[in-house]
Order: sequence, then C-alpha cells, then structure tokens
Amino acid sequence: MTTKLFGEPVRRREDARLITGKGRYLDDIGANALAAAFVRSPHAHARITGIDAEAALDVEGLVAIYTYEDLTGPMAEPLPVLIPHPQLHAPRTGYPLANGVVHHVGEPVVMVVATDRYVAEDAAERIVVTYEELPVVVGVDAAREARAAVHDDVPDNVAARHHQETGDVEAALAAAPHTLSFTQYIERSACMPLEGKGVHARWDADDASLRVYSSTQASTSVRAAIAAKLELSLDRVEVIAPDVGGGFGVKIVHPWPEELLVPMAAIRLGREVKWAEDRREHFIGSAHERQQRQEITVGYDDDGRVTALDVHVWHDNGAYTPYGIIVPIVTATQLVGPYALPVYRVVVESVYTNTVIVTPYRGAGRPQGCYAMERTMDRIADALGLDRAEVRRRNLITPDQFPYDHRLTFQDGRPVIYDSGDYPGLLDKLVALVGWDEAEALRADARARGKLLGVGMALYVEGTGPGPYEGGHVQVLGSGKVLVSTGLTSQGQGHETVFAQIVASELGVPIDDVEVHTGDTRRFAYAVGTFASRAAVMSGNAVALAARGVREKAIRIAAEVLEANPEDLEIDEGLVQVKGTPGASIPLRTVAVLSNPLRYAFDEAAKQATQFARAGSDDKPPVAPGDAPGLEHRDYYSPIRSTFASGAHAAVVEIDPQTWEIDVVRYAVVHDCGNVVNPMIVEGQVHGGVAQGVGGALYERMAYDGDGQLQNASFMDFLMPYASEVPDIVIDHQETPSPLNPLGIKGAGEAGVIPGTAAIASAIEDATGRRITSMPISPTELYDLMRDETAERTAASERTGAPA
Amino acid sequence: MTTSVDRPQTDAERTVSVTVNGVPREATVPVRRVLSDLLRDDLGLTGTHVGCAHGVCGSCTVMVDGDPVRSCLVLAVQVQGASVTTVEGLAREDERGGQVLHPVQEAFRECHALQCGYCTPGFLVTIAAGLEARDAAEEISEEEVDELVGGNLCRCTGYANIKKAVRHAAATMRDGQ
Repeated sequence: MTTKLFGEPVRRREDARLITGKGRYLDDIGANALAAAFVRSPHAHARITGIDAEAALDVEGLVAIYTYEDLTGPMAEPLPVLIPHPQLHAPRTGYPLANGVVHHVGEPVVMVVATDRYVAEDAAERIVVTYEELPVVVGVDAAREARAAVHDDVPDNVAARHHQETGDVEAALAAAPHTLSFTQYIERSACMPLEGKGVHARWDADDASLRVYSSTQASTSVRAAIAAKLELSLDRVEVIAPDVGGGFGVKIVHPWPEELLVPMAAIRLGREVKWAEDRREHFIGSAHERQQRQEITVGYDDDGRVTALDVHVWHDNGAYTPYGIIVPIVTATQLVGPYALPVYRVVVESVYTNTVIVTPYRGAGRPQGCYAMERTMDRIADALGLDRAEVRRRNLITPDQFPYDHRLTFQDGRPVIYDSGDYPGLLDKLVALVGWDEAEALRADARARGKLLGVGMALYVEGTGPGPYEGGHVQVLGSGKVLVSTGLTSQGQGHETVFAQIVASELGVPIDDVEVHTGDTRRFAYAVGTFASRAAVMSGNAVALAARGVREKAIRIAAEVLEANPEDLEIDEGLVQVKGTPGASIPLRTVAVLSNPLRYAFDEAAKQATQFARAGSDDKPPVAPGDAPGLEHRDYYSPIRSTFASGAHAAVVEIDPQTWEIDVVRYAVVHDCGNVVNPMIVEGQVHGGVAQGVGGALYERMAYDGDGQLQNASFMDFLMPYASEVPDIVIDHQETPSPLNPLGIKGAGEAGVIPGTAAIASAIEDATGRRITSMPISPTELYDLMRDETAERTAASERTGAPA
Repeated sequence: MTTSVDRPQTDAERTVSVTVNGVPREATVPVRRVLSDLLRDDLGLTGTHVGCAHGVCGSCTVMVDGDPVRSCLVLAVQVQGASVTTVEGLAREDERGGQVLHPVQEAFRECHALQCGYCTPGFLVTIAAGLEARDAAEEISEEEVDELVGGNLCRCTGYANIKKAVRHAAATMRDGQ
C-alpha cells in the first residue's frame, strides 16, 4: 500500500498555522469581549470580615462586581470532588468565590467585569477586603504535626489514608537477611504551560444557548460541569478547547472557578466575557505537584534482591482535594516500577496545607514513586558494595513473566497487571548508551579537570492509556475529504497529525485528505480527556476502529457497484479497487456520494445519488434496515485496563567543587512505548519531558514561606530551564507492543519526566559521596551539605574518591 | 476630569502611528497600554503571545526597527514612528501573491521545533532577527545557536529541536545566498 503512514516521522499538520501566527489560543478569541479580573486572597488562611467595593464603583468602564453573595443555586455550593474515593474520608473543595474563609493565597474572592482588563484591574485594586488571619499550615511536616488545622473540621489535616499491601510485610521484614530504613523528601514544582488558563463565554439569548471556549484538557466534562452548576440543559451548552498553549496536567482539573464564573457573568450580562490568566495568577491560583515525605523500609538478601518493601508516604495535597487522591495513588502503585517485589505495603496519608492545590503535573505522582524505588535500589547497592545496575538487574521482572500481576489497584480502579515489556533489554541498552561501565574513566578525566563526576540511573514503568473510554468519528465527504473527530483535547502533542496518520493508514487515503478535530463538544460529545499519556492509546485506537467501520461500509457499497466480491476489494490512495484488476475501481468520494440516497442534486457529484440516477431494487428501501445514510462511522475504544510503558534513564553530572554548580553533561534515555505511530513526535515528547525532569531535579521549587506566601511567583524567580540548562539527550528505542489494544501502542507523553529526579539524585550522590535525601537540590544546598560534618557519607565514597 | 494626587493618570490617550509588517497603522490608545496589547487588541495581530508579562519568557518578542524586543515591556507610545515586525510579518509574498515562509519558519516545521506553539512566535522572531543580523555566509557556531535561543522559555520541546532548527535555517540562508 502506498498510503501506509503508521510509524513514519510525518511532519506536523498543526504547524502551518502555528508558525505563521494563525493559531487561535484562548486569548485570541473574543476581541470585543468584556474582561474579567479577580481579587484574590492575600492570606493563606483567614476569615473574610468585610468586602467594600464602594471605591470601585466610580471606575469608568466597570460593568459588574460579583462576590459569594451573588452566587445562587449550585453555584453557591462547593466545587465538585471530581474523583471521589472511599479512602478520601475528608474531601474538601473551595467555592467559585470564597465563602467566608480562604484557605490559600490566590483563592478568588471577588470577580470584576469591565470593558477591558486594564479597567477591570483598576476596579479590582480599589475593592477592599478585610480579613481576620488564622493559623497557617505550610509543608508536609507541619501538616503532620497538626498544631493548626487547615480545615476546622479536619483537625489532623489528613484528607485520606490510602493503603495497599500484597502480603505480610512485617513478617517478611523480620525474616529479611538485611533491612534498611530511610526518610526522604521531594518538593513542589508545577506544570507552568507558557499559556495560562483562560475562559471565553458567549450567551446567545435568542437561542438560549451558551458557547464556552476554555484552555482545558477536558472539554466534555467542563461542559457537563457548566450545565450542572448553571442549571442549563446539556444541549444548550457547547465547550470548545481551541489551540491550547500547553497543559501538562493543570488543565485537566475542572471546573476551575473561572470556568463557571465567566459563563455565569456572560449569561447575566448578555455580553461576551473573557478571562485570561496572568502569570502570577497561574502561580497562586492554579495547581502544583510533587511534595512528599517518604519513609521507606526495605528488606533484601545478600545478593541485593528485595524481599519486602514498606513505604509510608506523606503527601501534601494543598488546600483542597478536587482531584481526589489520584496523585498519591499513582505514587503508591507505580512505585514498584520494573521490579518483582515479593511483598509490598504502602500507606499514604494525604494532608491539607494552606497552599495551592496539588493535582497532576506530567508524571502525576510517578516521579515521586520512581524516586522512592530507585533510591532504594541505590541504597541496597551501596550497602552491599554492588554495582547499582547489577542490583537493579537482579530485581527486574523478566520478559517471560508477562502478564505480571502486582496485586495492586491502579488509579483507574483496575488491577496493576503489566501487559508486556522487556526490562532487562532496557537496562542493557541504557548501560551501553550512557557508557555506564566506563564511569571510572570519565571520573578520572573530570578529576584531572578539577571537577567531580557522577553517574546515576533510574528505571520506571508507566501505566498509560487508562479508561474508561474515548471515541472517534470518521466521515468521508463527497469531495473526498475525510473528517475525523475525537472528544479529547490537544495541548501540543500533535494529535491532528498522529490521528490523521492512523486514519489514512487504516482507510487507505492520502493524509492530505484527512482533517482532524479534537476537543470540540459540537463534533464529539463523549470523551474523558487528555491525561495519563492516554491520547494515542485511547483516541488513536478509537479513530482506528471508526476508520475500519468506514472502510467496511465503503467496500460493501463499492462491491455492489463494481459487482465484485467484497473480499476482493482494497482501498488505496482513496480508490476502492479490485485487487489485481486495474481499472475495476471507484473513488472513495464517489462511494461517499452513493452512500447517501438523494432527492436533490445540489451539486454535480450529488447527481449520481439522486433517485432517477441510481438503479435500485423496487423491493428494497433506499436505505436498508439497520443501515444509515452517509459514509461515516463512530466507534469507541474502552480498555480492560491500562497498558504499561517503560523506560530507563541515566544522567552524568559534573560538579564544580568551588561553586558547587551541578552540570548534567550527558543524559541517556531508553524508551519503550510499544508500537510507535510517529517517532519524531515521540522523541519530541521525550525531549520535553527530560527538560522538565532536569528542571524538577535542579531548579524548580515552589518557595513558600511560613506564612503561606509564595516567594517566587514569577518567571524571574521560579527557575524553569532555558536551553542552557537542558543537556543533550541521546535516545535509544525498544518497541514491545501492547497486546491490549488493536494498534499495540502505549502512551508516551509523560514518560520523559518520570526518572529525572531519581537519576540525577543518584548521580550527585555518586559524585559527592554524600547521601542525597531531598530534591531538588541547588548549588547552595549542596555546598551546605558538603560542609555539614554530620551529613551521611555513602560507602561507595571510599572507592570513588569523593571529597572528604 | 479629576485625578487623585496619589494615582497616576491612566486614561490619557495618544495616537500612535507605526509601521507593522510593512503596513502603516494608527491607533489611539491609553498611554499605559503596552505594545503587546496594541498589537493584539488594537491591531488584531494575535500571533504575538504573552507568556509572563514581565519580560522573562520571550513569547511576546517582536522586532522594533529590526531588533528583537519584549513587547510586554514596551509601551505602545514608545513605538511611535517605528517599524515593527511580528510573526505574521516573517513570511514574504512571492510574485504570484503566494506566501514564502521565512527559512526559520520552514526549519521549525522540518525539525519539529514546536509542540503547543505558544512560545513559538517569540522564538521565530528572535531567531529571525539574529540570523538576519549575521553574515549568512559564515557557518553558524554552537555558541551562536545557544545565544540565539538562550533567552526564551519553552515548556514543551526541551529545546533540542529548536537548536536543530536554528542550524537548519542558518544552512538554508547560507545556501540561498
């Protein structure tokens, strides 16, 4: 077939508009819309004692001011707990506008609507809110101590206790030849897409309908939430995700207060209203992730094989739990990685703090889990004097053990059963790719240059493509154009290209004929969303199934016209033809015309389908029972459970013992996401993930002070990597197809970020001989650690010549 | 009109005449309006994106008289009489009215140097300004590449393909001489 495109590095179809300034992002929509701005809480925990808007009223251009008192019906109730869980015993969510008490800096208190954003900000600035300050809880340790409560009715600050175990851990630890215990920390970072959130709403009073554009990862569920909260019939609401300037998880949360308030104002005012989040708002009014305290006890034998693992995670969920306990469940269940653990127990306590909410950021709990497991492997290796790669190798699940059942329950409520993989293969490739066995030579070379060099590695398994489902619709028009739609949204992953490749391959049409639409509830109303590396797995398979349905129908219709056996037909380059019989063919576009029996010839092509043009049997209706007009098909893909991708990363760091600057000089990635639809796009995802991994390991940290004020809420102060901070990345691939889905693919979006913190911590420890127990780590912190005589030294430091 | 003593006057207006992408434009704007808002809201050129509004990320970069500047940190009134080039003005028209992309635009597509595309206009303008200011006959060095991409933030790509695109565009411009 000439139209086989699956697996090719097809250039992106999105790019033509995005490189010429013709993309349409949220703030590019609604040039005449009124603008919303918010008065947000300046306190981390306080009771509102008064709101005085008097001074704002004479601002010219002010249109409306809303406080909690103006909310009615469901809008006056708390925001939904999106993902309830039986072990989330004390869920708490905020209100669209604060109701009496604020629980973090940045919580919206007043919404102002004005002629433009400048005027709205002027008015917002004049509104005086008075507060009575309450005790503040910041950080996971303060939450544990519970000297103060974030929510009055949750005195221990514990929102959820999640617990899973696969056997008798106490007994297994007691019987273990060796055990070791340690505590480590990982701090907060955030998604930080270059485009913040944003909402535009237009109420059509004549039609009594609402159109909302939102920079979201879940347009169908935003639609349902708006309909429920604003008491509209679902059919009166449409939600569209336009071009979205990055998401990385933060835009999967919904409904954000603004996603409800902006439409509410649009309806009440009968005017278009828009809000585009600014950068400071994004820092203090969106979501963060990653902070955990991890207490780990491991039992192992003389060969370094783990016999039991016991983990207690304290997870900081911020002020509210709208996204349930998905992140800590992912940590708990993905922690096990590629290893066979005879007995495993994990207890997670998810605690409230007076800080921004914690919801998934690319990796969504996996980087923390990987950090726990991989640092455990490093500790075992150090204790036994073994090579870190060798200890990992001895614990890996082997290729003959699939499907491998960890006897755990994943974030989607389904079992953690690994479908396929080759973890020793990954490790072998990684060792070769990074030159693991030549580390001593590298170290000597660095020492000669006055630098300290260390290597580290980390392996991971990532559950991708969770259900419940996604759908796809494929329609061939009489022009030959093939329209594809799926409900999940895009934030830069190249879905228009990847899904077009899949449909073009399945249907046998030129890719230029295929047009893909995502995240538009007008085109596809049933969807879940873009998260958990699921788009290619879920919608990829759904559009493939839809394309197969179209193909089957096209061949059936063509077989009648060509008087051929359907089995003898194929579709290639948009032509349905009899295999091996040149000339016996019919264009797919003609089949599309014939598929819809017509009375009216609205154009030249349509004539072929009109009632006097087609010979048909007088005994049969023009549309057969059970059939439908048109060459289109809708189908859904709903997996039995997630499919598990995997990978292995290694980092080589060089440290300057004068400045303690940490430079990642080499970064190697071996990656397995099953069958690859577009290798160019997968590599791009890996590059981006690694950059975020390096950022999370060395630079990014949400610096809250004790009062709950975020001290670095700007790009000047929160250090995201520029090009100068991202190492060159070498990538090797392995393809272990998934047996669970028709295309054999696994997700790839989040993988790159997962092992960064673990691998870099390991490399720094290797270079310095000092135990690294808290990440990220800055040069200043490393300097302090090196000067701290009580800091724990690794056993390996004797061997590697690390500084005394 | 009354103005309180402790607040700057924010509603004074000025008419700004500026050439944008080769076309003379005029707009009457409040004196506090920044250039990015003038371009986006008053002139309808939404290709210029605002990522941080405090001059760090570079998404809003446009050329003013050939030099890259952060349009979120420039007041609209400051470009009076200047020539501004935005991402919409990087491509040129060919003899038949078609569009010929700038080599750096072509390179971004070829090298997969963008994902969500939000920061892309800022990179394109910055890199185009830099490549146009150098001797195209000289092979580009890695230091030059690092310098050209070093001041802009991208959260999607990890920069590897952006750097590749700079090399690709520089090579195209060298061959095109």
